[in-house]
Amino acid sequence: MTIASPVIEVRNVFKSFKTVQAVRGIDLTIYPGQFVALLGPNGAGKTTLVEMIEGIQKPDRGEILILGKSWRGNEDELRKVIGLSLQETRFIDKLTVRETVKLFASFFDLDNSRIDEIINLVGLDEKRKSYVVNLSGGQRQRLALGIALLNEPVILLLDEPTTGLDPNARREIWSILQKLRERTQTSMILTTHYMEEAEKLCEQIVIIDQGQILKQGTLEELLSDENRDQTENPDRIPLKTLDDLFILLTGRSLHE
Amino acid sequence: MNSPIRYRQLIQLILAHLRQIIREPGVLFWGIIFPILMSLGLGFAFTKKADVYRDVAWVKEQPARADSSGSALEIFLKDHQIKRSSDKDGDICYRITLPDDKLGNTTYTVRVMEWKKAMVLLKRGNITIILDEKNGRLEYHFDPMNPDAQLIYLKLSGLFTNPALLQRPSNPDIRPMTITGTRYIDFLVPGLIAMGVMMSIMWGVSYEIIDNRAKKLLRRMVATPMKKSYYLIALITVRIGMNFIESGLLFLFTWIVFGIQVQGSVPALITIFMAGNIAFAGIAIFMSSHTAKTEIGNGLINLVSMPMMVLSGIFFSYHNFPEWSTSIIRAFPLTMLADGVRSVFIEGAGFTEIAIPSLIMAGTGTIFFIAGLKIFKWH
Ligand SMILES: Nc1ncnc2c1ncn2[C@@H]1O[C@H](COP(=O)(O)OP(=O)(O)OP(=O)(O)O)[C@@H](O)[C@H]1O
Ligand SMILES: [Mg+2]
Repeated sequence: MTIASPVIEVRNVFKSFKTVQAVRGIDLTIYPGQFVALLGPNGAGKTTLVEMIEGIQKPDRGEILILGKSWRGNEDELRKVIGLSLQETRFIDKLTVRETVKLFASFFDLDNSRIDEIINLVGLDEKRKSYVVNLSGGQRQRLALGIALLNEPVILLLDEPTTGLDPNARREIWSILQKLRERTQTSMILTTHYMEEAEKLCEQIVIIDQGQILKQGTLEELLSDENRDQTENPDRIPLKTLDDLFILLTGRSLHE
Repeated sequence: MNSPIRYRQLIQLILAHLRQIIREPGVLFWGIIFPILMSLGLGFAFTKKADVYRDVAWVKEQPARADSSGSALEIFLKDHQIKRSSDKDGDICYRITLPDDKLGNTTYTVRVMEWKKAMVLLKRGNITIILDEKNGRLEYHFDPMNPDAQLIYLKLSGLFTNPALLQRPSNPDIRPMTITGTRYIDFLVPGLIAMGVMMSIMWGVSYEIIDNRAKKLLRRMVATPMKKSYYLIALITVRIGMNFIESGLLFLFTWIVFGIQVQGSVPALITIFMAGNIAFAGIAIFMSSHTAKTEIGNGLINLVSMPMMVLSGIFFSYHNFPEWSTSIIRAFPLTMLADGVRSVFIEGAGFTEIAIPSLIMAGTGTIFFIAGLKIFKWH
């Protein structure tokens, strides 16, 4: 059996803004079909990292390879296989849902059947003729997700796809992503503040704070690692949830 | 990449911009109705003769002797049987009407009042001139820089020396010029067209780009295989198309109402119009190349467009400005466009006259466009 080659390789990447070091030496490898959660508090560097992977921002140092290729010189090719949603995008207010999807579909040269399929997939059939400006927050997030999925991406990058949504709306998005996971080989990176989201959707969890990876692995690995340490240190209460782990690692809670 | 795909992108982008524009009710108003209202308002204000009403304060001298026959003005009023009535404040006043079939009638309401009250009204702008008498001699108090007061002085003093003006059925001195091309409206409409082009491109292209950048929509779109230049081409194409429609409607309307005509070559008119659109499109791309803050965009647009609006001879000619400034003003793209369009409309200009300004404008636009693209921030 040959090990599949990684779809995303991030090697020792750094990125600073004027006064902040947003990303400080991150390494990350993602394989086909993997769903990875980037978990971290506000300002941890999640968006900066994801946008570097998306080719929207350039790292100061280090290397990023997508399907073994760097962004430079391969932009046209890589754009076609990536689907993404930014942390906050507002689409054109006075276009309908269908017109918005159609506009983005034209960028990927997709036909009408795919447009309708996507609208159906994200459950916006009833809203296809509504202006984007009149959508609720949850509907807007679903539209953004639909557009991210339009081109059946090999790599899907979602920056806080459920932030600000009520539990129901959040679960709707989760179920769309779970179906995707069952039916396709798409790899996904998702950033979130919600433990539950990371636990439910992703087998790999990467905890990041202050531009660095504190810990990564499956949920069991993360918890048992810490609990193994705990046997040498019997006064500590055993960790049960990611929340506990997070407080232990960073000294603060995820939701501040 | 093969071209059919890219054309679909372009068509969808054009459709998206177009839909956005026609679904915005403000566009219809600012782009089409507002210029028409402006032409109507200013056109009628300056083309049709209108009756003029002015108040004049008269601070009457207290008669020194009981048998005094009164002042010069009193004698004039008595001689010409101008009846005494009362104004809205209940003060005594006299209404003198100067008939004129060419300039329109002028009615002066000479209101008798104390000096103190006259000063208050003057400061408020209700009156611009105060009459009083020293030893039977009429004196006029007014700001010599105020053209309205000057006119009242000239007309009233003329009337007092030549009372026959009170009964002149028709003014034989004035030969009105109403030939198409010489009226104010003929001057104004080409200016309004040029201004419309500038404003529509400044807001429709510059502001739109900055707003899309602020919304992160620009970033989202370039994270797809969309061809970047198509986004800009679509935006500009839609705007120029709208400008043709808006200007066409303004022309159509003023043609029906005022009989505006294009005396020169229509292809030349289209050429200079296109060149003006290109100039402003280039400038707009340059202006919007960097900032993601709509407030800055707002300020930038005002900073660039306001001076041109005032100086470029849209509403009144800049030829009365000092010599040194007119050569600068002529270099503004708005001046070039307004003068060029105007020369075709009212001077009968053709290609020879508009060739150079058209080339300059198209060149300016291209240079700004290229420079803007070089520094353009897509993310
Ligand atoms: N364009 C920028 N200019 C200056 N500083 C920036 C910029 N983008 C991010 N930063 C800073 O870099 C750090 C990391 O920001 P980033 O947006 O990556 O965090 P995040 O983990 O996505 O946070 P959140 O959960 O709030 O979205 C923050 O301190 C932020 O202020
Ligand atoms: Mg973020």
